[in-house]
Amino acid sequence: MDKLIAAKSEPLWNTNNKVISIIGGLVVLLFALPLVGLNSFYLHLFIMIFMHAVMAQSWNVIAGFSGQISLGHGAFFGIGAYATSFFYMEYGITPWVSILFGMFISGVFAVLIGIPMLRLSGHYFAIATLLIGISFQVVFQRWDLVGAASGLWVTMTPEDSWIALQFHSSKVPYYYIFLFFFLISFFAVWVLSRSKLGYRLRAVRDDPQAASSLCINVANYKIIAYVISAMIMAPMGSLFAQYILIIDPDRVFNIEISIIVLLITVLGGIGNVWGPIIGASILIPISEYSRIYLGGTGGAVDLILYGLILMIICVFRPNGLISFIPKNILERKKQR
Amino acid sequence: MTILSVENLSKAFGGIKANNDITFNVDQGSILGIIGPNGAGKSTLFDLITGYTKADSGKVEFFEKNIFGLSPDKISNLGVGRTFQKLKPFADQTLLENVMIGAFVKEQNIKKARDKALEIIDFVDLIEKRHHFAKELSTGQRKRLEMARAMAIEPKLLLMDEVTGGVDQKTIPGLVELIKKLKKTGVTIITIEHNINIIMEISDNVLALDQGKSIAFGPPKEIQKNKEVIDSYLGTFDAA
Repeated sequence: MDKLIAAKSEPLWNTNNKVISIIGGLVVLLFALPLVGLNSFYLHLFIMIFMHAVMAQSWNVIAGFSGQISLGHGAFFGIGAYATSFFYMEYGITPWVSILFGMFISGVFAVLIGIPMLRLSGHYFAIATLLIGISFQVVFQRWDLVGAASGLWVTMTPEDSWIALQFHSSKVPYYYIFLFFFLISFFAVWVLSRSKLGYRLRAVRDDPQAASSLCINVANYKIIAYVISAMIMAPMGSLFAQYILIIDPDRVFNIEISIIVLLITVLGGIGNVWGPIIGASILIPISEYSRIYLGGTGGAVDLILYGLILMIICVFRPNGLISFIPKNILERKKQR
Repeated sequence: MTILSVENLSKAFGGIKANNDITFNVDQGSILGIIGPNGAGKSTLFDLITGYTKADSGKVEFFEKNIFGLSPDKISNLGVGRTFQKLKPFADQTLLENVMIGAFVKEQNIKKARDKALEIIDFVDLIEKRHHFAKELSTGQRKRLEMARAMAIEPKLLLMDEVTGGVDQKTIPGLVELIKKLKKTGVTIITIEHNINIIMEISDNVLALDQGKSIAFGPPKEIQKNKEVIDSYLGTFDAA
């Protein structure tokens, strides 16, 4: 009985004050970085890290939490990008509102795709999502209403505009916008991982049969995870469209997007909230620097490096780089 | 009062009749032991009752409500818990997290779910292992984990598949005591067991299966004298 009382008096989470202080310090540092005069390249680098970390986090929700390997997640990125640009160009709707449209449309598509697809499992689901992702690219390449293969060129505002979400004189506002979405997304997924829904999704991932013996409707929970994942991915497409102001199917529905978010998550640590941050912080600089020194798209050297890193990780650290950090620092302490 | 009523339940896999016209009732608060040689259809019967396998024909009523054809999550939601012959712990989660997933069925608040899970873990005598990952536990401990996890949904009926199977002899008495302790909480239990002495010790009624058919049903003392049961399963059973 004494042991039970002692167990009940434990805090719900093993809050390591040192870790909290480090995270708090890093957040403050991220907010302060533009103030110390980061040049345009480094601002861009951080923007890409934030964006890809959120995209990887989105993939982490469906793959890491509910165990469904999606290879077509770039579709939701593209939907977000097109939703923002199309509604702004056609109806003058501010991207701040059409980001929500993009999330909603992505969510609806996730339900429509998820209902038939999530009955599949393992490799079959992965292959099906791969084909779905490619089919979005093909459809948008032929859809005249959204510019077909030429895509959409967002009309530039004469000056910087928060309403139009366009900034031509500096990347700093973009930096803070992406940072804001990055922090919000990570906080949301952190809360999700500690919620009843998070527990149930992990049950579905680990053993669907056992999960259903605990009153969990496995198919419904997979769809919920897919919808949440899609709705996290879509705003990144929207913000990216406003960042580059020109989108086309080859750019925003490219299969490479789906593969990169997978690589980032696996490198950092799948199923762990911190994995996508670690993965993006390593892979995105490799990609950007190889682009600088090797030109164009990095002469595909970045992809070769991705492959090498992934092989090393799969062989020596299958749980990703996060596994270098002792579990009792980030998670609950085990009592022996 | 009858908690579970099974009538003429049948299931064939191709030409093999895994369950053939099975009929029995379970009284509330009792323990029904199911015995039979390997391949007799015991685990299939559990799968049919809990919705993991769809029966070809028959009727299953839980508290007089027809549950035939319902999905496993709906059946468990009505109050039917189960454990598995091939253990299915959520391996990469701690014991506490495993049981909390069950506790969330009745408790929405995370602290209340945690506290309830801890009480059940204490009940199965694993409180010191609560932060251990399921994959780190021994087979006997994982059996307790599955019982705790199933208990967390507050079942009225608990189906346990070979609780003492695959564990060492020293572990068995503790698991038997745990089953008896569970019964005292008022939960009705159906248990599949190969260890005939245990079945005779804990059961109020015994159902004997052979080649998918029910060959005997009744109190343990009657079952151990039943000629068909002795021929097919018990051999020269010595009740001592």
